[in-house]
Amino acid sequence: MIALLVRDLRLAVRAGGGFGLGLAFFLIVVVLVPFGVGPDTALLSRIAPGVLWIAALLACLLSLDRIFALDFEDGSLDLLATSPLPLEGVAAVKALAHWVTTGLPLVLAAPVLGLLMNLPLAGYTALMISLMLGTPALSVIGAFGAALTVGLKRGGLLMSLLVLPMYVPTLIFGAEMARRGAEGLDYSAPMFMLAGISAGALALLPFASAAVLRVNLR
Amino acid sequence: MTCMELRVENLTVSRGGLPLLQGVRFCVASGQALILRGPNGIGKTTLLRTVAGLQPAVSGDVSVDLDEVCYAAHLDGLKTTLSVEENLRFWADVFGTDDVETALERLNLNELRTRHAGTLSSGQKRRLGLARLLVTGRMIWILDEPTVSLDAASVALFADVVRAHLARGGIALLTTHIELGLEDAQVLELNPFEAKGGANDSADEAFL
Repeated sequence: MIALLVRDLRLAVRAGGGFGLGLAFFLIVVVLVPFGVGPDTALLSRIAPGVLWIAALLACLLSLDRIFALDFEDGSLDLLATSPLPLEGVAAVKALAHWVTTGLPLVLAAPVLGLLMNLPLAGYTALMISLMLGTPALSVIGAFGAALTVGLKRGGLLMSLLVLPMYVPTLIFGAEMARRGAEGLDYSAPMFMLAGISAGALALLPFASAAVLRVNLR
Repeated sequence: MTCMELRVENLTVSRGGLPLLQGVRFCVASGQALILRGPNGIGKTTLLRTVAGLQPAVSGDVSVDLDEVCYAAHLDGLKTTLSVEENLRFWADVFGTDDVETALERLNLNELRTRHAGTLSSGQKRRLGLARLLVTGRMIWILDEPTVSLDAASVALFADVVRAHLARGGIALLTTHIELGLEDAQVLELNPFEAKGGANDSADEAFL
């Protein structure tokens, strides 16, 4: 399992691995928003939590199709499926590797971008915690979507259509938590909901992903 | 070494809802190799994938210890941006073994060990794919056209590796179109097992 995690991380930072692409996309989207809505700092700080969350979600989506598709194309997935690793574990580890290479950098970059979006000072803690709790769910749900479309050529768009609706609960509670934090309100209720969604997704979806992979490998 | 065998009874396999082979039966005991032959499209790959547990059989039984099976497909599962050694090391870690050096030695990959797999020729990639068999430490090898893109010297090298594997009590089930020079390997012609009749009864299958 650890070997697989190390391999995936190593592949991500090697040439063509796509590490940092999601992060760069996140930066650009958030930088573009003030150009689009104009230099109204009051408006920007009001929409900041929502914009940051949607940008994080899109950045996450960008690299999802790589989770299984690359291993499928070069035959590794067949070999992994016949290896001693349980496919559930493979799915979980690959989602974890995706989170480390995509979700975690987003969490760390978010405060800088919050500054660009004129996020109120009180909102940074809530924003960081909400992304920290929410991005693992994005990776695991995304891995399930990637498993569903693994055999398809050009499956990326179909995967986005499948995955985005599943992201709705995470987005609602994540953005709500960041918004409440920015307004100085109590954000414990959306935080618990968000943590619950992540925990549930982490516990259940690797099994669903593995089941779907088995069907797709036939 | 424990005694084991690979037994297939009355097996029907299908691909895309279309039955390809039916009534396949064979038994390979410890130390034996079985070479499957048949024209393109008869279902050799499908049969091997079914035996390896990657897809379910339509009917019939495969009795094999899946924890001893090592499957090698047309594609070698190499990561082009990892070096030869890193590729092998990964599979060794996955299978919980540590015999990368011997495998590099046996398939004559020592000089290539630091090269990225993406820069290898197709024959060298194949050799690396076959070296993976050695690091898995598993006894039942299921090989789908292992000799594709190998030159004569490498085929001989590979035949030696298989012979050593069989001498250790291993089992090899393989498909190939060329003569491997495995003296006592049995050969099974798949033509007599070709499925008659049309599509599967189950309506669902057409959509899968």
